Amino acid sequence: MKIVVPVKRVLDYNVKPRVKADGTGVDLANVKMSMNPFDEIAVEEAIRLKEKGAATEVVVVSIGEPKAADTLRTALAMGADRAVLITADQPVEPLGVAKLLAKVVEEEQPGLVILGKQAIDGDNNQTGQMLAGLLGWAQGTFASKVEIDGETANVTREVDGGLETVALTLPAIVTTDLRLNEPRYASLPNIMKAKSKPMATKTAADYGVDVAPRLTITHVAEPGKRQAGVKVGSVDELVEKLKALGVAK
Amino acid sequence: MKTLVWVEHDGGSVKDATLATVTAAAKLGEVHLIVAGQGVGDVAQAAAKIAGVGKVHVADDAAYANALAENVAPLIAELMGHHDAFLAPSTTTGKNIAPRVAALIDVMQISDILSVEGPDSFTRPIYAGNAIATVKTRDTKLVLTVRTTAFEKAAAEGGSGTVEAVAATGDAAKSRFVAAEKAESARPELTSAKIIVSGGRALGSEEQFHALIDPLADKLGAAVGASRAAVDAGYAPNDYQVGQTGKIVAPEVYVAVGISGAIQHLAGMKDSKVIVAINKDEDAPIFQVADIGLVGDLFTVVPELTDKV
Repeated sequence: MKIVVPVKRVLDYNVKPRVKADGTGVDLANVKMSMNPFDEIAVEEAIRLKEKGAATEVVVVSIGEPKAADTLRTALAMGADRAVLITADQPVEPLGVAKLLAKVVEEEQPGLVILGKQAIDGDNNQTGQMLAGLLGWAQGTFASKVEIDGETANVTREVDGGLETVALTLPAIVTTDLRLNEPRYASLPNIMKAKSKPMATKTAADYGVDVAPRLTITHVAEPGKRQAGVKVGSVDELVEKLKALGVAK
Repeated sequence: MKTLVWVEHDGGSVKDATLATVTAAAKLGEVHLIVAGQGVGDVAQAAAKIAGVGKVHVADDAAYANALAENVAPLIAELMGHHDAFLAPSTTTGKNIAPRVAALIDVMQISDILSVEGPDSFTRPIYAGNAIATVKTRDTKLVLTVRTTAFEKAAAEGGSGTVEAVAATGDAAKSRFVAAEKAESARPELTSAKIIVSGGRALGSEEQFHALIDPLADKLGAAVGASRAAVDAGYAPNDYQVGQTGKIVAPEVYVAVGISGAIQHLAGMKDSKVIVAINKDEDAPIFQVADIGLVGDLFTVVPELTDKV
């Protein structure tokens, strides 16, 4: 079974995003960019399934600017076998990404596509579900456990108020939640090795998919700031304050 | 505009997340509902009483028993033939289903809306709530998920909607519900609690987390939450997690114990009415958003507080 893992290059999760003064977006000039953390978990899960013998090949895909090649190299250094880079002139929305991925799936015929549940820039949480819808495949979103059993994937999902397990008929889509695994760091020898792993480069136009955006971001603003309040000196003072709020008796 | 709202329910009653979603839908136009499930007659009757609701579509079929997206999305896609907007709350159920519906009807979903600015314009958080984007769509139909803490709840009583059965679209036979492990708790649910006591990594261990946080929460009648750091360290289960990657909450009072206030945590709780912070580091970022702060060692402060409230 082949596994396809889409990865996205995003602002590093340790960098505080700064809204541009002209309100057109978030400033991404000269800041550290990394693989979306949920996608790292997806790559790790695919590699583990290969190591367990449940998968034979891990193909990573990224859609975006040419620099997304760096993100794909990171995935190859972690242990993915081969990469496909699809360059686009402008940011592609989740629906467009899902349409491109559906084409990649048609070509690659994987048994499983594992995606991060959301990218930490747009926070859309859509692509996996959309891809599943376009392909008519089963979906196991927000996964904290994935087990392959013949033609079935048993996926434990993180849902409001607990966990839920679903059995998906393969081929299927899985999106990752935080507790699925802890991604490995690429070792130096593996980083060197990744440089010679194959990476195909294509453009969105090669797939004949209309990825023109449907949404326009008309304005980006800083969220309303909270004012720091008062510091109290003792538990007794805190209790008084809580009483005033009607919280304590 | 004719809207269709996903009714979040537990098989017996309508969940509060539905009520906030109804408020968002009412800003766009007529509010119709879809109740999908098995044996959901009572839910449909209750949903019809929500203030401002028109038609309540009910799809009662075994295929919808566990809200599997593979079965529910085609049903909603069909109903979208005669509705202009589909709205679901940003719950794990809503987030699972809505994008699949959007793909089926070729619409770019707008996730987690905070406000309705116009018939085609909405605000939504990006970058973990560090920025708020105003987006305008050129799609003719809308698929939206709604951040429920950003909208007032519609009144659960007072409406007089009409209940109408809709034909089931069948079982896609792609997936099967196996089991649910619901976290059993006598405490209020995190996302609807009036008071929340949350613990962070400073608690040091799972035992200490429960020994300190649980009694204070119980004394206050509060729900228990945790920071991602505490969840990652194994002190608390993941469904306790408050933050951008966990639950978004906005209670009347949020008590943060031993939580430094990482961006991703603040994104999940900064809309709380009153934030109380207890931390031994007086420079912790949590104090920049807290209304009431107490600098002190939580291992002495929290038991004393539990004793005195």
